[in-house]
Amino acid sequence: MSENKKVMNKPNKSTGLPRKRFYRARAHSNPLSDSHFPVPLTPSHVDYALHYPQYFQTDHTIADNGDVNNNSTASLHKTQSKKIQFADIGCGFGGLIVSLSTLFPETLMIGMEIRDKVTEYVKERILALRETNPGQYQNISVVRTNSMKYIPNFFEKGQLSKMFFLFPDPHFKEKNHRRRVISPHLLDEYAYTLESGGIIYTITDVEELGEWMKACLEDHPLFEAISEEEFAADPVVKLLTSATEEGQKVARNNGETFTAMFRRISPSDTESGDVL
Amino acid sequence: MEESMMMEEGEVAPALIAIHPVEKSVVVAIGSELRVFDLQEDCASSLVDDSGRPLHMDSIRAISFGADGRLFVSAGDDKLVKIWTTNPWHCIRTVLSEKRVSALAISPDNLFVSFADKFGVVWVVSTEVDDERKDEASPIFAHYCSIITSLEFSPDGRFIVSADRDFKIRVTVFPKRPLSGAHEIQSFCLGHTEWVFVIITIFISTFWHFVICIEKVTGRFSFEFASHSFFAVRFVTCLSFVCTQEYPQGFLLSGSGDSTVRLWDITSGFLLDTCEVGMEAGLLESDDKEETLCPAITDICASPDGSLIAVAIQRQLFMTNPISFFALCSLHGVVLLSCNLSGRTLSITKVVSMGGTFIPTSLAMSSSAEHLWIVTGASNLPALDSPSFARVSVISGLKKHGSDSSDDKPVVLDDNEIPGGSKLLEKLQGSVSISKGEEALAAAAEAVKIAMRNLLIKRQYSVEKRELRKKSRNDRKLKQ
Repeated sequence: MSENKKVMNKPNKSTGLPRKRFYRARAHSNPLSDSHFPVPLTPSHVDYALHYPQYFQTDHTIADNGDVNNNSTASLHKTQSKKIQFADIGCGFGGLIVSLSTLFPETLMIGMEIRDKVTEYVKERILALRETNPGQYQNISVVRTNSMKYIPNFFEKGQLSKMFFLFPDPHFKEKNHRRRVISPHLLDEYAYTLESGGIIYTITDVEELGEWMKACLEDHPLFEAISEEEFAADPVVKLLTSATEEGQKVARNNGETFTAMFRRISPSDTESGDVL
Repeated sequence: MEESMMMEEGEVAPALIAIHPVEKSVVVAIGSELRVFDLQEDCASSLVDDSGRPLHMDSIRAISFGADGRLFVSAGDDKLVKIWTTNPWHCIRTVLSEKRVSALAISPDNLFVSFADKFGVVWVVSTEVDDERKDEASPIFAHYCSIITSLEFSPDGRFIVSADRDFKIRVTVFPKRPLSGAHEIQSFCLGHTEWVFVIITIFISTFWHFVICIEKVTGRFSFEFASHSFFAVRFVTCLSFVCTQEYPQGFLLSGSGDSTVRLWDITSGFLLDTCEVGMEAGLLESDDKEETLCPAITDICASPDGSLIAVAIQRQLFMTNPISFFALCSLHGVVLLSCNLSGRTLSITKVVSMGGTFIPTSLAMSSSAEHLWIVTGASNLPALDSPSFARVSVISGLKKHGSDSSDDKPVVLDDNEIPGGSKLLEKLQGSVSISKGEEALAAAAEAVKIAMRNLLIKRQYSVEKRELRKKSRNDRKLKQ
């Protein structure tokens, strides 16, 4: 069955990129259901050699001629030298990380996506990009996971400098609000993985959700809104709409988008704020 | 049919025990009943609740004394959290929870009670009677829709620790004004593995083929398999703290379905030591090659200095016999560990056998660690004459009094040697002795096993069964 699919999913002949139509999936996934995919035990168990072979090449050669144990200890050691710094939560077809890859060529970044087929597409896309552009796109990767449950299994405290939540599922019904990826309780976990000064980017074309995300972030004591000037100066901001598939779709329909950017502030700042 | 079976089993709740920090009183919770015996006065205590309502209306799932024993809390399936003063026993507050309560803790300064509900939300309520916030609890943080199995405050009160069914332990800074939320996560203690899970998975996959073969003949067997497909416990079940004067911040102990007890530094989330209790206590040896044993740690309690840690183990027997797909068998006793805090290591000191049909459902130890109180039992037993069954036992001689007192061995006390004697047993067990005959005892033990299993097992469905269940959901109906 899977072999059949591979034959069917022929990449585009001119660009070598996988074709989206073979990887279409239902837009919604229930984050509350039990997961049936492997999850790293701790952040040090994330296999960097698998995700970023060029950066962790030495490990790869060990993996080729050495045994499994050797490889895992070596990659564990390497992990300490370079870590993932950007995470695109719900990366979809991966438009943002692909654009960011060339903008921040020295930063490791990962896309997290819960839909199996879509993750497969991003994986193929990155492999194709690496092949056609030697030396490039080595700093991006994708993983299939439920980030609402397993963020602490992937990242250490204060490891990330940027987190992206672009066009998340709006979950309109009130009883489904707890499935929203930005929620007051989940922001605690995002604050834990972000370094002090790290930035959360959120964007949506649904006004109601945009207001919800903004309100959640404004009410959270570990986040502060980013000033207009900084907002305008950030080169990443225009990618939020131009690089992502959802953003392009909204632009085509002349739709409106609602952006919220917040900075992680350190607990000592908030404590003094609490006293006041 | 399956649903009704679940409901029926769901009502069975294991007995719980708690002891006052200086052994002034001992409490057993069985079903909706709280039984209190005053050890100081040597008499049964009666509970007073001015609200006029029944004390609890459904199974109690969590009980706890405060650090100094002045306060006591109880909560469970009736969504009521009751805060008691212990001298005299008087209910000072009844807090309504939105959902069923799964875990409880009192802050070391006695100012706050924290409880976790079945949606993974942790709430806090002030113990001081305050008219403005009457009966209202505030949500402070949440695990993402995973049932919280245990809640503990660090001995210094700086952190609150919560463990959930996704094998995650979260250490959260407990703020000075907790009613507005606890947002700062200090660390996650990750490392409890899927060891048990893995063994079971391999087993199921080989077994699956076997069932499919049968199905071709009978056409009926796959349903049988699906309705009996459980996964064994792999989540963290219990937490406890140890600390000494040199380490006032304390270290965390956790017991899990992976049959390990682990020692953690909570400020960094570092795993300091792992004690493979199942392996080292020799519980994994099996004469019969066709059985896989996966003992789960179901309860843990520790003397404050960590020199003595008691663990209750539930041994799950996985059998290949297709008639009884899953059967559970318990180690009849407790395992004693000790923690060397300067070396940060855990080691097994003794396995105490309880004999007979005694399956510990809950453990308690006072701060002096003179006695280890153990209870077995369950409520709402369908097959018995009396609806509930509880049996209390005490282990003494746990502490080594001198350096050369190797004679001090832990012993299970006879009923008449137990502090409080027959009066205590009458109160806590409901009767002095359980003299119902072998058959009734075996039936009771069986019911306790079922109750424990329900707590430990996450229901798991085959892929086909899962798809079938999805079809009946409105939000998944495909337009075709």
